[in-house]
Amino acid sequence: MTDEPLLRVSALSKFYGSRVGCDNVSFDLWPGEVLAVVGESGSGKTTLLNCLSTRLLPSSGTASYRMRDGQFRELYRMSEAERRFLMRTDWGFVHQNPADGLRMTVSAGANVGERLMAVGDRHYGKIRATAVDWLSRVEIEQDRIDDEPRAFSGGMRQRLQIARNLVTGPRLVFMDEPTGGLDVSVQARLLDLLRGLVTDLGLAAIVVTHDLAVARLLSQRMMVMKDGRVVESGLTDRVLDDPRAPYTQLLVSSILQV
Amino acid sequence: MPTPLVVSDVAKSFTMHLRDGIKLPVIAGVSFSIKAGECTVLGGPSGAGKSSILKMLYGNYAVDEGQIIVSHEGGLIDLANASPRTVLAVRRQTIGYVSQFLRTVPRVSALDVVAEPLVERGEDREAARGKARALLSQLNLPEKLWALPPATFSGGEQQRVNIARGFITEHPILLLDEPTASLDATNRDVVIELIAAKKAAGVALLGIFHDHDVREAVADRIIDVTAFAPGKLAA
Amino acid sequence: MTDIATYNFAYLDEQTKRMIRRAILKGIAIPGYQVPFASREMPMPYGWGTGGVQVTASIIGPDDVLKVIDQGADDTTNAVSIRAFFKKVANVAVTTDTASATIIQTRHRIPEHPLTAGQVLVYQVPIPEPLRFLEPRETETRKMHALEEYGLMHVKLYEDIAKHGRIATTYAYPVKVEGRYVMDPSPTPKFDNPKMHRSPALQLFGAGREKRIYAVPPFTDVVSLDFEDHPFEVQTFDQPCALCAAENVYLDEVILDDHGGHMFVCSDTDHCEKRREEGHRGHLAPEIHLASEKMEPAQ
Repeated sequence: MTDEPLLRVSALSKFYGSRVGCDNVSFDLWPGEVLAVVGESGSGKTTLLNCLSTRLLPSSGTASYRMRDGQFRELYRMSEAERRFLMRTDWGFVHQNPADGLRMTVSAGANVGERLMAVGDRHYGKIRATAVDWLSRVEIEQDRIDDEPRAFSGGMRQRLQIARNLVTGPRLVFMDEPTGGLDVSVQARLLDLLRGLVTDLGLAAIVVTHDLAVARLLSQRMMVMKDGRVVESGLTDRVLDDPRAPYTQLLVSSILQV
Repeated sequence: MPTPLVVSDVAKSFTMHLRDGIKLPVIAGVSFSIKAGECTVLGGPSGAGKSSILKMLYGNYAVDEGQIIVSHEGGLIDLANASPRTVLAVRRQTIGYVSQFLRTVPRVSALDVVAEPLVERGEDREAARGKARALLSQLNLPEKLWALPPATFSGGEQQRVNIARGFITEHPILLLDEPTASLDATNRDVVIELIAAKKAAGVALLGIFHDHDVREAVADRIIDVTAFAPGKLAA
Repeated sequence: MTDIATYNFAYLDEQTKRMIRRAILKGIAIPGYQVPFASREMPMPYGWGTGGVQVTASIIGPDDVLKVIDQGADDTTNAVSIRAFFKKVANVAVTTDTASATIIQTRHRIPEHPLTAGQVLVYQVPIPEPLRFLEPRETETRKMHALEEYGLMHVKLYEDIAKHGRIATTYAYPVKVEGRYVMDPSPTPKFDNPKMHRSPALQLFGAGREKRIYAVPPFTDVVSLDFEDHPFEVQTFDQPCALCAAENVYLDEVILDDHGGHMFVCSDTDHCEKRREEGHRGHLAPEIHLASEKMEPAQ
């Protein structure tokens, strides 16, 4: 157990004019912890994710991140160069639509290798070997390494996006509906893969999803959001098995049983 | 004899917001403790709140009132007010739990489902699989099933996977929620042996057993849960 | 002579020339950085060297001697027209001789004859942004330059090796200037990249349509990007020039007939002619010595 959290979020708010994006969100995230943020569309969960990943600047509040040297840095006070460096080395961002997170017109191998080249790897053979390794870890056949993601199925594209993000060994990964828009069987495979990678690599992750089953499978903790506010948070199985807030009870009772 | 778990004055109710906020009291004034090397059994009819008590002790249900003091890594922790992170640490190191039903994970083999708690505690994956194999064969789960995900197993098979997963670790406290419900006589006896072994190892067990024979065989003490019915307290 | 008076010296008005000179100075101060400038309409279409012509017009003086080449040749349409243009609007001396030129405007090539201090090489650039084909957003490419995020450049080279087994980019081969900015050397063959490195001449780049000017000051490091295990290499030719027998120069393939007959000759026509005057003979060199006009005197 590490004594200090990886990310400390305090009173984070984002307003779009008079409309509330997210309001007064605070939490700590520890290394290796997966936090699910659930809620229906418009609940502010994506706004929160975008603020945390510094893709969007909040209206108020702070978020500090423990850098690899152990020092906490205030995310919104970092220079853009530092933030972008953080985003391509120590962080990952898995988009719901893989086309948003991949370069669709370069090969799978180059998609995985880009981050390595961005941090200064200049040995083609080693970059390619790492790409081959990562493709196999996300269950993409080696002979697809020179194909463009345009030729991949939705599930493969999503797995490629994951490999592209994890290749630099990030400590924190943001995921926005990572299984959205996939067939159920493809979803199951992806979830299992994510679960394994998160455990094996000791990743911390913040997963935005509207799917409570995804939250149950991937996360240890969850936050339920409604109208930009956190209405309930706690251990994932506690929130799902003993929901206390009216909205959480509604969500849980709306799950379809198979 | 050490008492690793003390429950005092715990109460629990459910507020049903979808039913105009009616409040369903489940249990109140729950106070007891369990001892290392003993198997304590919660007794009482269905609906008396036995499962709710176990779930509160595991952090799965929130606690309205009272304290649940656990001896965890050399200190004392009140589980009723612990942070999620602390509860997770207690689950990893101190309190094990065998639920009534196995919650399956897609595509993960029965063997890895069983080995997982050990891996989470930092044990080598192959060593953990070795122990998992031993337990599954002790529980007579056919070897051909080990590599398959348990989603399609029968109720009894799933339950044996679940038991193996609960018993594989060396948690000092083990909660058992009807582990023998869907087992045949042979496997019930295996579970009785497993419980005896845990007792001998100094584990404090707390369980719910509807099966009379099993209860007779394992119980050192029976706590009658009806004493904690919410109405009783007022009387 | 009377018709010259209808133009300002070197066609552009003095304000415009000053504006362009400021851009050039900024470019020289930040080697490899693309400086935006207010590109003017020129009396020729985009793609014909409007950027280079504006740069030349802004730096040329009455005493300068101008050489213009297109694909290494002094006698192609584009080169002849631009040379005629400056002869008319600036009344400057023009030449085909690399050594005696003070300003050399070029499209595609750097002359084989080594450049010297005091000379200026002006490149006509069609697309100045090396990241363009990988990242279409100008806002993003500017940010990438500003933050020195050049991983994408290597993605392109990676793709080359993955597809062709080697870096197949042969022209407009990206370079890093003075260890900082990644730059597109315009559509010169990569054969010429090493000539840019620590060149004693000043190198100026003008992109008229894209409205960008950039520069490499004399004696600046210009390093071609590559991989450790796939180092940068220039093209090699397995035969010498068919006319002047030169080796280690850039050759063009010339089709001789419609039966597949062809020869490889120097792309730099001035270099080739000089060598033939010196008596070098390739295996297809004609017997008769070519009498070529060397220096056209100012009118």
